[in-house]
Amino acid sequence: MVEKNKLVNRSVNLGSVEKIPLGQGFCFVVGKEEIAVFRPRSGGLFALQNRCPHRNAPLCEGIIDNHHVICPYHARKFEFRTGVGSEKGESVQVYDVCVENGDIVLSKCPDANHVST
Amino acid sequence: MSKMNRGKRLVVIGNGMAGARVVEEILKRDAKKFEITMFGAEPYGNYNRILLSNVLNGTETPTDIFINPLSWYEENGITLHAGVKAIEIDREKKVVVGRSLNKNDSPYAAENPPLNGAATVEVPYDSVIIATGSRPFVPPVEGYGGPGAFLFRTLDDCAQIEEYAKGCKKAAVIGGGLLGLEAARGLMTHHVHVTVLEAAPQLMPAQLDAKGGRLLRSAIEAMGIAVFCGKITTRIERENGLIQRLIFKEGEPLETDMVVVSAGIRPVTEIAKASGLTVERGIVCNDQMRTNDPEIFALGECVEHRGQIYGLVGPIWEQAEVLADVMTEADPKAKYTGSKLGTKLKVMGVDLVSMGQTESFDPAGEVVTYREPKRGIYQKLLIRNDKLIGAILLGDVQVGDTLMQTFKEERKVSDNRSELLFGVPEVSSLTDVLEMPDSLQICNCNGVSKGEIRDRIRTENCTSVAQIGKCTKAGTGCGSCKMVIAQLIRAYAGEIVSNPSEHYYVPGVPLEKSELIAAIQEKGLKSVSAIFRKLAGGKEHAESKAGLASLLKSIWNEEYEDERDARFINDRVHANIQRNRTFSVVPRIYGGVTSAEELIRIGTVAKKYKVPMVKITGGQRIDLLGIQKEDLPKVWKELGIPSGHAYTKAVRTVKSCVGTDFCRYGLGDSIRLAQEIERRYQGIESPHKIKMATAGCPRNCSEAYVKDVGVVAIEGGKWEIYVGGAAGGTVRKGDLLCTVDTHEEVLKYVGRFIQYYREHAKYMERTYGFAERIGIGQLKAVLIEDELGICNRLDTSIEASVQSYKDPWREEADLPADPAQFKGPEWIPVLKEAVHHG
Ligand code: SRM
Ligand SMILES: Cc1cc2nc3c(=O)[nH]c(=O)nc-3n(C[C@H](O)[C@H](O)[C@H](O)COP(=O)(O)OP(=O)(O)OC[C@H]3O[C@@H](n4cnc5c(N)ncnc54)[C@H](O)[C@@H]3O)c2cc1C
Ligand code: SF4
Ligand code: FES
Repeated sequence: MVEKNKLVNRSVNLGSVEKIPLGQGFCFVVGKEEIAVFRPRSGGLFALQNRCPHRNAPLCEGIIDNHHVICPYHARKFEFRTGVGSEKGESVQVYDVCVENGDIVLSKCPDANHVST
Repeated sequence: MSKMNRGKRLVVIGNGMAGARVVEEILKRDAKKFEITMFGAEPYGNYNRILLSNVLNGTETPTDIFINPLSWYEENGITLHAGVKAIEIDREKKVVVGRSLNKNDSPYAAENPPLNGAATVEVPYDSVIIATGSRPFVPPVEGYGGPGAFLFRTLDDCAQIEEYAKGCKKAAVIGGGLLGLEAARGLMTHHVHVTVLEAAPQLMPAQLDAKGGRLLRSAIEAMGIAVFCGKITTRIERENGLIQRLIFKEGEPLETDMVVVSAGIRPVTEIAKASGLTVERGIVCNDQMRTNDPEIFALGECVEHRGQIYGLVGPIWEQAEVLADVMTEADPKAKYTGSKLGTKLKVMGVDLVSMGQTESFDPAGEVVTYREPKRGIYQKLLIRNDKLIGAILLGDVQVGDTLMQTFKEERKVSDNRSELLFGVPEVSSLTDVLEMPDSLQICNCNGVSKGEIRDRIRTENCTSVAQIGKCTKAGTGCGSCKMVIAQLIRAYAGEIVSNPSEHYYVPGVPLEKSELIAAIQEKGLKSVSAIFRKLAGGKEHAESKAGLASLLKSIWNEEYEDERDARFINDRVHANIQRNRTFSVVPRIYGGVTSAEELIRIGTVAKKYKVPMVKITGGQRIDLLGIQKEDLPKVWKELGIPSGHAYTKAVRTVKSCVGTDFCRYGLGDSIRLAQEIERRYQGIESPHKIKMATAGCPRNCSEAYVKDVGVVAIEGGKWEIYVGGAAGGTVRKGDLLCTVDTHEEVLKYVGRFIQYYREHAKYMERTYGFAERIGIGQLKAVLIEDELGICNRLDTSIEASVQSYKDPWREEADLPADPAQFKGPEWIPVLKEAVHHG
C-alpha cells in the first residue's frame, strides 16, 4: 500500500453508500483532501486520492471494474487495493473504507493540519 | 552445435520453400548426420513465398513472412551462401560451384551473368539436393523488360512493384490466374487503377469451369478491378522509356503506366541440365526424389515426378518428408507417389476453393451443383464411383476443409450427396481434434501438423490463433484452418484466453466482433454487466466497458439496458470534460445553419452561466466552454437546442457549403441535403465518431472529400458519395462509393454505409481505417451490388436506430437518468469532528 500523506487514527462517516451509483465513483472532500470512493458492481468499497498524479484529473469520474479505475483524461490505470498506477512511479494514496449500517466509514482520515501537495 | 561429429557433406541448391523445408525435416530426424551447406540465389534467409501476396497488399511486412532467419542457420550449424547462385555441379570432382550475384542480377535469370572475375565458391559434397524452384514465364510480348515491367516471385519483386506503383495511376496485370489476381488485388492497395488481362476466355482456367470463371470475374470487377478475357498482349509501347500502353492481338490498346506479368511458371533446370542430369519439363525424379545420379536428389517446383510438375506447396511438404526419410535412413523405403491438389484464392473479399477436376467428361460421372445468385454462391461437385474427384466452391467455402480431406483421402461419400455441401461440417467436435493423428497437416499453406500446434500450445502457452500463427505460421496463409486451430487450443489449453492486442472486439471478452455480436444476440444480452457475466466468466474489465456499451446500443437500440457506469464520463453527462474539470456544450446546428433566435438564446445562456469562452468550432457550430457539471441540465434546457454529440462516438456534424442557395457555382442544394442527413442520422452511435459534409460542387468548400462521409454535387444533378475520408491526425481522401440522382438515394446509401460500419468496424476504428481495411471494391460489392444479400437488412437496422433516437439533453434536462452524476464533490466537515473526538 502506498502511504503518501499523513493519516490520523479517526473514523469519519461519509453518509449513505447509496450516494454512489453502483459501478461508479464519487468525490468527498474530507478536510482539505479530495477522496474518491468507488463502489464496484462485484461488491466492496474502495477509496483513493481523487486527483490523478499525472495531470490532476478527477479519478471519481473514471470507468472502473472490480479492481481498477481508469483516469478519464489520459487513461492511466490505478489499482484500488494498492494505489499502484500503470505508469512507473505514479501512484495514489489509498484510504481504508467500509460500510457500517449502510453508511460509508473512512477509518483513517487525513490529518486536518496536513496540507498535501 | 559442433560440425566435427557430423559425417557426410550435403549441399542444398536453392534456399526457397522446398530447400529449407527438407533441411528442417532432415534435422528433425537426425541432426548429426550431415554437414550442410546451402546456396540461395536470393540474398535472404528463407521466407514464405505464398505470403508475398500479403506483403504486396500491405497486410504483412517482409519481416513477418520470414520462416528461418539467418540465426537459425547458425544455430543449426548450416553454412548458408545467401546471394550466391550455384552454377555447376561437377560430378567428377564432386563439388558444387557457386558465384555471388550482384545486387541487380535477377536470382532466377536463365543465363548466368559473365563471371568477369566474380567471386566463386566450391563446396565438396557427398550428396546434393536441388531445390531451385521455378521462374515466372514471360509470354512473347514485344518490348518486355526495362522500367515499369515486373514479375511477381520474390521479396525484391514485391519491393520494386510497390516502389514503382507510387508514381503510377494505372497498372496492368498480364495473367488472370491465382497469382495474377492476388497481384491485382495487392496493386489496388497502392491506389492504382488495375486491369487484368487474361489470354484464355475466362479467369483461373486451371481451377474453374466457365461458369465459375464468369462469377469470379464479376466478384473481381466489383472490387474495382477491370478484367478482360481472351486478350493476348503482343506489345508494350513506351515513350521516353516509360510504358504508355499495351497493344493486343485484337481490340483497342490499353493505356497503362506499369505491367506485372504473371502468366505461369517454368521449372528452373539449367544447373541440372548443365550437370548432365535427365531433364524433361522438370528435373526427372523417381519415387525417392532421386535423379539419375544416385547421390543427387531434387524436390519442389523444379521437379518432374511421374510426368507431373507441381506449382503449389502441398506436394513439397510431402516430398520433403519422403526425401528426409530416405536420406537419413529413417525409412529408406519411403515413397512419394504424387499429390492431389487443392487451392484457395487469397484475395480478400472473394472466397474460392477449388480441387481436382473442374469438368466431367465421363458419362459415369455425376455433377452436383448448387447456385444462389443473390449471395454470389456457386458450388459444384464432381463425383465418380462414390468418390469426390473435383470441387469448386465460390462465395461460400465453409465446407472447403472437409471436402479437401474427403478428396485427398479418397473417402467414399454419402449417398445423400447434399450432405457434402450442407451437412454440418464435422471437424467441429473436440473429440475429433483430439483423435486426429499428430502427423495430420492442419495448415496446408505452411505445412504445419497437428502435433506441432499441440506442442506449441503446451510448451509456449499459445492461447490464441494469432499466437499460434506467430510461432508456427499456421493459419497465416489462406486462413481456412483457423477454426481447427481454435479447436486444438480449446482441446489442449482448456480455453482461448483473452489476448488484448489481437482480434477481439474488446480485450475483456475473448471474441471477435462477429462472434461477439452473435453471442449477444443468441443469449439476449442487453447490458454490459450481463456480457461480463455470461461471456467473460464474471470478470469485469474497465477498458472494455465503453466499447461494449456502444456495441449493445447499436444492436438493441431502445431495448438496450443502459448502465451509466459503463460509459465514459463524457457520455454519462453528455458533455466533453475539459482540462480544468469543467465541461463544454456544443448544441446541434443542422448543416451549419442557425438563426437569430437560436443565437440570442445561446448568447443569453452564455451570459447567465458566465461561460468563459464562446467559440466557433471547426465543425461549423458553436461551443460553450467552461460550464460547471452541476449546471449542465439547466444549460441544455434553457438552450432548447438538441445535443450536438460533440462528446461521443456517434454521428457528429454534417457541414455544408452555401450551395445553390447563393453560390454562383452551386450544382446541388448542399444545405438542404446536409440538414436532411443530419436530422436523420444525428447522434447514431458507432464505433467511432462520424463526421460528414455536403458540397454544392467539386470545389468542395465544406471539405466533403475528407470527411467520413462526404457528398458532392456534380454536373447533371447528381451526387457523388465518398466514404472513409479524413483530415485530422490522418489525412485521406474518401473513396467514391457511388453516384446517385436524388436526396432519397443519398440518405439510403449513407445510412447503409453507417450501419455496415457500425457492424464491422473495430471499436475506435475511424472510417478511414475501416475503408482502407475492407477496401472500396468490397464496400461497393456489398453495399451497392448487394453481393451478400444483406442490404435490406442493413436498411432496416439503421431505420430502427433512427426511429429509436432520442435527444439526450431533452430527455435528461428535467430528470437525469442518474442525478448523482451531476453532483459535484461533497464536503465533509472534518475539522469540527476532530475537535469533538480530540
Ligand atoms: C471543439 C473542436 C475544436 C474547435 O474549437 O474547433 C474540437 C475539439 C476537440 N477535438 Fe476535434 N474538435 C473539433 C473539430 C475537429 C475537426 C474538424 C471537423 O470536424 O470538421 C477534426 C478533423 C476531422 C476528423 O475528425 O478527423 C478534428 C479531429 C480530432 C481528432 C483526430 C481524429 C483522427 O482520428 O484523426 C481528435 C482525437 C480523437 O478523436 O481521438 C479530436 C478530439 C477532440 C477533443 C474531443 C479532444 C477530447 O477528447 O477532449 C477536443 C475537445 C475539446 C474540448 O474540450 O471540448 N478531434 N476535430 C471542434 C469541434 C467540432 C464540432 O463542432 O463538433
Ligand atoms: C505470390 C505467390 C503466391 C503463392 N501462393 C500460393 C498459395 O497460396 N498456395 C500454394 O500452395 N502455393 C502458392 N505459391 C507457390 C509456392 O510459393 C511455390 O510452390 C513454392 O515457393 C515452391 O517452392 P520451391 O522451393 O520449389 O521454389 P522457390 O520457393 O521458388 O525456391 C527456390 C529458391 O531457389 C533459388 N535458386 C534457384 N536456382 C538457384 C541456384 N542455381 N543457386 C542457388 N539458389 C537458386 C531461388 O532464388 C529461390 O529462392 C505462391 C507463389 C507466389 C509467388
Ligand atoms: S487540436 Fe483538437 S484535440 Fe488538439 S488541442 Fe486543439 S481542440 Fe484539443
Ligand atoms: S490526468 Fe490522469 S492520466 Fe492524465
